[in-house]
Amino acid sequence: MSKFNAKKTTDTPNVSTASLPDIVFMLLFFFMTVTVMKDTALKVENTLPNASEIKKLEKKDRVVTIYIGKPTAKYVERLGDESKIQLNDKFVSVKEIGDYVSLEIAKMPEHLRAFTTISLKVDKNANMGLVSDLKQELRQINALKINYTTYEGNAFLNLE
Amino acid sequence: MMNKGAPEVNAGSMADIAFLLLIFFLVTTVIESDAGLNRLLPRINPDQIIVDRKKKNVLPIFIDAKGQLLVQERPIEINELKAIAIDFIDNGGAPAGDPAYCNYCKGNGNPKSSDNPNNAIISVNNNRETSYGAYITVQNELVSAYTELRNRESQKLYGQDFTTIESAFLNPETEKEQKEILKEKVLVIQGKYPLNISDATLK
Repeated sequence: MSKFNAKKTTDTPNVSTASLPDIVFMLLFFFMTVTVMKDTALKVENTLPNASEIKKLEKKDRVVTIYIGKPTAKYVERLGDESKIQLNDKFVSVKEIGDYVSLEIAKMPEHLRAFTTISLKVDKNANMGLVSDLKQELRQINALKINYTTYEGNAFLNLE
Repeated sequence: MMNKGAPEVNAGSMADIAFLLLIFFLVTTVIESDAGLNRLLPRINPDQIIVDRKKKNVLPIFIDAKGQLLVQERPIEINELKAIAIDFIDNGGAPAGDPAYCNYCKGNGNPKSSDNPNNAIISVNNNRETSYGAYITVQNELVSAYTELRNRESQKLYGQDFTTIESAFLNPETEKEQKEILKEKVLVIQGKYPLNISDATLK
């Protein structure tokens, strides 16, 4: 009996924390590898509209993103407050957009070019005129698959 | 006693440093995935194709600069649009025996509205000043009208929603044989209710 009683008096053993750094490092490496730093700084206002019937844009490697919106406060003085098109880090006029998008598509690996999707991130207050012109230019270079990128939500909120 | 070699560096604070980095990456990581409405633009044709379309097979929608909707030149509220679109697409106005007769439509069969969902075209026109938000709302309502009709047909044929079938088909984890079956179902339903939304001006 005394054998058992003797054990009771000792404290609970400490959990070894020696492997804690390893676990944390593992998590750290996971996040370091999945993090994608934003490569483009937005130069236009970009509040996307809401929509409910949306499909996910998977596979980032075949997507070209075009932003449309009013220039942000920093650029308003130089460019005025009409909606502008931004591709990669610069403002592009409607006439040039075809060339720039073709260039982007040419940068992709060959087997992906046929599946290119153009993601249009258009501010909800932008005018349709510019968007229509842009779509016309995209048709000219045969980039026909587009995605009106939106937030998920109630579409009626767009009208307010 | 003296020759103990280099003293060991205390690694106890390593965990703290790692935690600090971890928290930094946790906070800055945005695992973003974009989503939106997919559309296929029409191919450019050097010579204009003149399609003989009966006027009754086209539902003209016009969005003006203030976001007001005109359907068949009649002003409507945006929340009526879905019901109007469903009525129009699913009308099935062609009489039995006609090649365009629609045997799965459940609409009113109004001879003055569309013949068949395959012929029915919704034409969206807008002003240059129309806001993009209004345009997207209209597109969203039209897609949801099609989705409702497709779901109904899919429930009837396969006892499952079209959206369920489609997302299973698009899921990369679905097995190949399963995919073939799903693909067939998707094509059948899409063939019955093709998404005919046009931005071009139809005459």
